[in-house]
Amino acid sequence: VEFTKVAADPSIVNLGQGLPDISPPSYVKEELAKVAAVDRLNQYTRGFGHPSLVKALSQVYERVCGRKIDPLTDILVTVGAYGSLFSTIQALIEEGDEVIIIEPFYDCYEPMVKMAGAKPVFIPLRNKNDGNSASSADWVLDPAELANKFNSKTKAIILNTPHNPIGKVFTREELQVIADLCIKHDTLCISDEVYEWLVYKGNKHIKIATLPGMWERTITIGSAGKTYSVTGWKLGWSIGPQNLIKHLQVVHQNTLYTCPTPLQEALAQAFGIDYKRMDDPDCYFYSLSRELESKRDRMAQLLQEAGLKPVIPDGGYFMIVDVSTLNVDLSDVDDKQPYDYKFVKWMITSKKLSAIPLSAFCGPETKRQFEKYIRFCFIKKDSTLDAAEVILKNWNKQTA
Amino acid sequence: QTHLLSLSLQAKMSRPVQARRLEGIDKNIWVEFVKLAATYSTVNLGQGFPDFPPPDFLKEAFVRALSGENHMLHQYTRAFGHPPLVKILAQFFGKLLGRDLDPMTNVMVTVGAYQALFCCFQAFVDDGDEVIIIEPFFDCYEPMVKMAGGMPVFVPLRPKAPKDGKLMSSADWQLDPAELASKFSDRTKAIVLNSPNNPLGKVFSRGELEVIADLCVKYDVLCISDEVYEWLVYDGKEHIRIASLQGMWDRTVIIGSAGKTFSATGWKVGWTVGPNRLLQHLCTVHQNSVYHCATAAQEAVAQGFQRELKLYGKPESYFVQLPKELQQKRDWLVQSLDAVGMKPIIPEGTYFLVADISEFKSDVPDVPDSDEPYDSRFAKWMVKNKGLAAIPLSAFYCGAHKNNYNHFIRFCFAKEEATLKAANDILQKWKREKTNP
Repeated sequence: VEFTKVAADPSIVNLGQGLPDISPPSYVKEELAKVAAVDRLNQYTRGFGHPSLVKALSQVYERVCGRKIDPLTDILVTVGAYGSLFSTIQALIEEGDEVIIIEPFYDCYEPMVKMAGAKPVFIPLRNKNDGNSASSADWVLDPAELANKFNSKTKAIILNTPHNPIGKVFTREELQVIADLCIKHDTLCISDEVYEWLVYKGNKHIKIATLPGMWERTITIGSAGKTYSVTGWKLGWSIGPQNLIKHLQVVHQNTLYTCPTPLQEALAQAFGIDYKRMDDPDCYFYSLSRELESKRDRMAQLLQEAGLKPVIPDGGYFMIVDVSTLNVDLSDVDDKQPYDYKFVKWMITSKKLSAIPLSAFCGPETKRQFEKYIRFCFIKKDSTLDAAEVILKNWNKQTA
Repeated sequence: QTHLLSLSLQAKMSRPVQARRLEGIDKNIWVEFVKLAATYSTVNLGQGFPDFPPPDFLKEAFVRALSGENHMLHQYTRAFGHPPLVKILAQFFGKLLGRDLDPMTNVMVTVGAYQALFCCFQAFVDDGDEVIIIEPFFDCYEPMVKMAGGMPVFVPLRPKAPKDGKLMSSADWQLDPAELASKFSDRTKAIVLNSPNNPLGKVFSRGELEVIADLCVKYDVLCISDEVYEWLVYDGKEHIRIASLQGMWDRTVIIGSAGKTFSATGWKVGWTVGPNRLLQHLCTVHQNSVYHCATAAQEAVAQGFQRELKLYGKPESYFVQLPKELQQKRDWLVQSLDAVGMKPIIPEGTYFLVADISEFKSDVPDVPDSDEPYDSRFAKWMVKNKGLAAIPLSAFYCGAHKNNYNHFIRFCFAKEEATLKAANDILQKWKREKTNP
C-alpha cells in the first residue's frame, strides 16, 4: 500500500508493484465482453466456484498433476490468490499454531498468519555462493536449519514456487526435503504457485502436491491474474483434497460467499481455449513465459551495464538486484529505515525509477540481511522498458 | 504404501485439522436450497436475485470498460476502491447525508455487501463482545459474529395482528422498545440494522430508528447498517439513513450494494461509508483478506452512479424506475398468493415478501419431534412437488428460535412478468387440486 502511492506519479517509470502493463491476450478480453451481454451471467453463481470454471480448472490441473480432481469438492474459487491464502489460513490455522514462512516472502503471509492468532516462524533462503549471486538458484534453504524449525506446534509451511521476489524455482530435491519434513511432522503445506507458468529455459515447475504423501496435506493456490495477465480480475483458486478444501469453503461462505460471475465465465472460456492447446507451443501458458524470458534478459543486461548486480530469476516476473555496488551514500537520511527503503525512495525522487525494497519481504530479524537488494518487476511493455533503459544508461553519467 | 503411511499419521493427529473459529458456522442454508432449486424448480422465487438483466446503461459501461483502449482496467486498481468509484460514491452519499465526504477516507469498496459485513465484524468484534441482531435476519450475520469470536444477542420483530380483513404489512412487525433496551449492556459492541429488512421487507420508520439510535448513544454502541435495499421502497415510503440521526454518524458504518442497486448481483461490488475512525479498521481487514476488488466492474458501477447523480429524482432515474416496476410485481405476487390462501405480509421495501402458509399445512403433515423446522420441510416439499422454490422463514432465525415463526416462507419477486405468471399458474393449480382432490 505504502509504495503504490509513491509510484502513482506518471512521470516515474514504475517497475515496483507486480502488475503487468502489457495487454492481456485479446481472446481473454473478448470472452469477457461476450459474457457481459449474457443476462443471467450478471447474477449470482455457485458460491464455491462457477460451474464452468471449476470444470475447466479441474481439466487443466488433472492434466498437470496426473490425478483426478473433483471440480465440486477439490476446488474453491476465491478473490485472487490473495483470497485463497486468506481462506486457507483462516480455515486451517489456529491460535497458538506455528507456521513456517520462507524469507524473503510475499508480504501478506505474515499478517495473515498473525490475524489467525498463530506465530510465524521464519527461515531465510541463503546465498550459497556467499556474496556472489548470479542466479535465483543460488538461494537455498539449509536442510538442517529447516528441520530445526519444525516442532509439534507446526501446523503448516508456506511454500512459494516460483518464488516472489527472488524468482527461485524449487527443484524436485528441494521440494522433497520439505515434503519429508511435512510428512514426518504431519504438517500441512500451503503452496503458493501463482507464477507456475512463468518458468524459464532449463527449469521445470514441480507441484509439491504431486510428491508421494503430499496431496492429502497440501493446498495449491493459483491465480488468473498471473496466468492471463489480468491482475484486475482478482480470481484465484485453491486445489486440494476434499477434507481440507471443505474447510476453506466454510470460510468462503462466511466471508464473501461468491466471486463475480462474468469474470469466472470468461476465465472458464479462456481456460477452455488454452486447455485444447496444451500440447502446442502457442498455448498462452508457454508463450507468455517465452515473451517474459526475453524481457528478463533485456532487464538483466541493462542493470549490469549500469553497474548493478541482478540475480537472474529462473521463474516469475521479478528480479532482485544488489545495489550496494553503487555505493550510494544515504547515511544522512533517517537511519532507522533499512538501506533498501532509503535507496528506493532516493531512486524514485532522483532517477524517476521505482522498485520495491527487499526488506519489505522479510521478518524483523532478516531485514538487515537483505537490505542491499531491491526488486524490479519486468512484466512491462517495451516502451516502459525503453524508458527504464534511458534512466539506467544515464545513471552513471549523473552519479559520476 | 503411501495410503497406509497417511492413515497411521492421521491416527497420530489428535486434534482436528480445521481451526476452531469454524465451529458452528459450517452449515449454510443457501448451499442446500440453491441446489434444490437448481435440481427441481421450474419457477425459482427462492434465492434473492433478479431474473431480469441489469439496465442497458450499466451493461454498456461494463463492455466499454473491457474493450476500451485502456487495458489497464484489467489490472489492479486502488485497493480500498477504484478512484472513479469512491469519488462518485462520496459525492452521491455526501449529498444524501448532507455531509462532505472524503472519497479516500470515508468510503471503502468491497466484494459485495457480504464482504463489507465480514470486514465490519472482523474489525470491531472481539472475543466476548456482544452484537445485537434483529430477527428475522439475513442469515450470514450470526456466523460472521461467531467467527469473530463474538456473541450474538437476538431480539425479535413481533407481529401485531392486522386490522380485521386486512392483509398484514411488514410495518406491523415491530420491536418492543423495552425488550430492545434490555438487550443492551456494557458488553454490547454493536447492533446490526437492516433496513429495508430482508426477509420481511420492513422499512424502519424515523421513530423506530430513533429508539435504536438513543440506545446506541446511551451505551456507546456501534451500528452496522445494512442498507443494500435502500432504493427499493414502495408506496411513497422514505428510506431513512440512521447515520443521519443525531449522534449516529460517528458510530455507524453504512453498507451498500451495486448488486441490489443496479440488479447485477453477480458483479459483487459493495461499499462501506462512514467516519475514518471506523473505516480505517475496515481497511486493515480488507488489505489482509482480499486486498483488491476487481477493477472493470468498479469502473462500470462508477459510470452507473454518475448517470444516476445527473438524473437524481427525475423519472428516468433507475432509482425511480426500478422501485416503480418492483412495486407492481410485488402487488401481482401479493394478489396471487392471497387468491390461493397463502397470506402475504405486504413488504414496504426490498424485493422479498413473506407469506403465511398455514392454510396449506395439510399438504405437508407435521412430524413431531422433528429436528427440522416445519417451514423448511414445507419449502423442500414444495420445490420437489410443485416446482416452486421459496425459502423458509426459519432460515432467518437463530437455532433456538427457529420454531417461533415456522409457518412462513419467503418469496423473491424481482422476476420477469413471465416468471410471476408461471408462479401464479402453479399456485392456482395447487389450490384447485386442494379444493377438488
